Amino acid sequence: MPETALTVRDLVVHFHTRDGVVRAVDGIDLDLFVGEKLGLVGESGSGKTTLALAIMRMIKPPGRVKSGEIMLGDVDLQSVSDAEMRNLRSSEIAMIPQGAMNALNPVRRIGAQIIDGLVDHDQQGSQESLRSRARELLEQVDLDAEIADRYPHQLSGGMQQRVTIAMAISLGPKVIIADEPTSALDVVVQRHVIDTFERIQTASGTSVILVGHDMGLMAQFNDRIAVMYAGRIVEIAPVADIFARPQHPYTKLLVSSLPHTRNKEVMKGIPGLPPSLVEPISGCPFNPRCPFVMEKCLSIRPELTEGEQDSKVACHLPAGALA
Amino acid sequence: MSLLLEARDVTKVFVTGGFAQQQRTLAVDRVTLNLSSGTGSIVALAGESGSGKTTLGRILLGLESPTQGEVLYRGHDIAKLGKQERRSFRRDVQAIFQDPFAVYNPFYKIDHIFNVVIGKYNLASSKDEARHLVEQAIQAVGLRPDETLGRYPHQLSGGQRQRVIVARVFLLKPKIVIADEPVSMVDASLRATILEALRALHINFQMSILYITHDLNTAYQVADNIMIMYRGSIVEAGDVEQVINQPEHPYTKLLVSSIPPPDPTKKWIDLSGMASPPFKGMTIDQKMCKFVDRCSVAFEECTSSDLPFFRTSDRRITRCLLYKDSSPVPRDAVLDY
Repeated sequence: MPETALTVRDLVVHFHTRDGVVRAVDGIDLDLFVGEKLGLVGESGSGKTTLALAIMRMIKPPGRVKSGEIMLGDVDLQSVSDAEMRNLRSSEIAMIPQGAMNALNPVRRIGAQIIDGLVDHDQQGSQESLRSRARELLEQVDLDAEIADRYPHQLSGGMQQRVTIAMAISLGPKVIIADEPTSALDVVVQRHVIDTFERIQTASGTSVILVGHDMGLMAQFNDRIAVMYAGRIVEIAPVADIFARPQHPYTKLLVSSLPHTRNKEVMKGIPGLPPSLVEPISGCPFNPRCPFVMEKCLSIRPELTEGEQDSKVACHLPAGALA
Repeated sequence: MSLLLEARDVTKVFVTGGFAQQQRTLAVDRVTLNLSSGTGSIVALAGESGSGKTTLGRILLGLESPTQGEVLYRGHDIAKLGKQERRSFRRDVQAIFQDPFAVYNPFYKIDHIFNVVIGKYNLASSKDEARHLVEQAIQAVGLRPDETLGRYPHQLSGGQRQRVIVARVFLLKPKIVIADEPVSMVDASLRATILEALRALHINFQMSILYITHDLNTAYQVADNIMIMYRGSIVEAGDVEQVINQPEHPYTKLLVSSIPPPDPTKKWIDLSGMASPPFKGMTIDQKMCKFVDRCSVAFEECTSSDLPFFRTSDRRITRCLLYKDSSPVPRDAVLDY
């Protein structure tokens, strides 16, 4: 069994809205191994960003972590003080946000923003050494060191996203959570940014959770993929198995709905809509859309259990039923 | 088939900034393009953001006027159409936009967008007939009328809203649909459904579709032909199979190689040596290849000549001097779909 960098147990996050309680994350168990790249996929509203924010302890009201445990190594992230958590962010666990344009301060120079992060985490040193550290970080993400003197609006989207990567790695965290880091970028730029990110990840051995819904990017970047549906993980397996031998019907439909440039065929979407997370769900949340639905699925919600080869799946179908 | 919409040497320059720091952006550079009805062809217009694909689409729709050149609808300049002609232009050429949230007025129920067009174009003689037409249209895109009508836009998901727009197109049965990134804001699992609905329109009613996108995967699945746009110019155009599977222009090659294949057994093509990021210091003018500052195989001539297309095969043309041994295509006889 490989060493785990991050463990999530039975995590529940609720949002208290006027319409009722939204169960955005509804009981999640997850292990992230050291040095692993784990993809977290799902439709919008499936809870993937909420899970990422909960791990960072950045859920804001009306959201609330109802229960569960998040262990970073042997530190329980739920029980540390706010000041300690603030210190752990960046130095132990960092997040690359979705829209770099909203993550950078528009009125501060890039270099100064990177230095802010370093100083905030008690990185000692003269102004000069901090500045050279910032320039070094920019070069690590394939940017010109002179960028340090520029303002965010003077950079392209791809360059801004590289700056957020430089900030995320600035204190050498053990875990990086990247929430759709390239979804706002063009495909060519995305490719360059991901190449850079992957090079840094391989060199430092950081564990990464990549949140997103671009299955192409997921297939190319990750070692394992966790598929979320209605606030829970329905399947988690090595990336090759997710695509070649999906075990959950939702994964199977998702993979077969993907357009690609190999052969033209009739495209099949997944019929129906994801369930409302306000009303209590009876049975499996995928049952209204599932082509393999059985009697049992209407009343009993399947647990995430061991499936074939290093995988887990939450489905009542017998093993190998979808092969 | 009949020629419906022609773009003749269309150029669009956007001028931004004040008096002192005026900046001119060449969004579309001398594009000549014919769209016919009745051919039942789906043609994709693909390129990165800022390549001018949306601007070209808006010019064809008459929402933006070209700086130079003209757009003709049945042979008449769309800027100078009479009242009757304008009415039929608005019916024959329909748009589907990217954002399924922005096209609705939140104060009106979904029914409103159908009622407006039925009233405007006298599609029905009675209320019952109107209701029947609307229900038929909604069913054609895979939605249930009772779950759609009578609701407000915010009560539908993004995918449902985009399908309602397709249903409206179905109701109008235009000759040409210009669809600008219709699925880029919709979840992956619903994209296929919407694109299939569009394709069904094309198959059942021989509607021609201009599919504007940055996503080559869906372009490949939906379109018969594709045009690749870069910095305002179309650099390669032809059969989608040929262009995507054996790209010729160095930019198309870069674009195709950048797509992450949704299959872990298929490796992402190595980009190294293929092209460099755009070089900010260089002014690219109309008289050179627009890709020259990034191209790894560029030579002296690329910076000096106004490039024509070269016909590299029956069904493909490429604007690149690497193919100068093929016969050049005259400027006024290109891109007929």
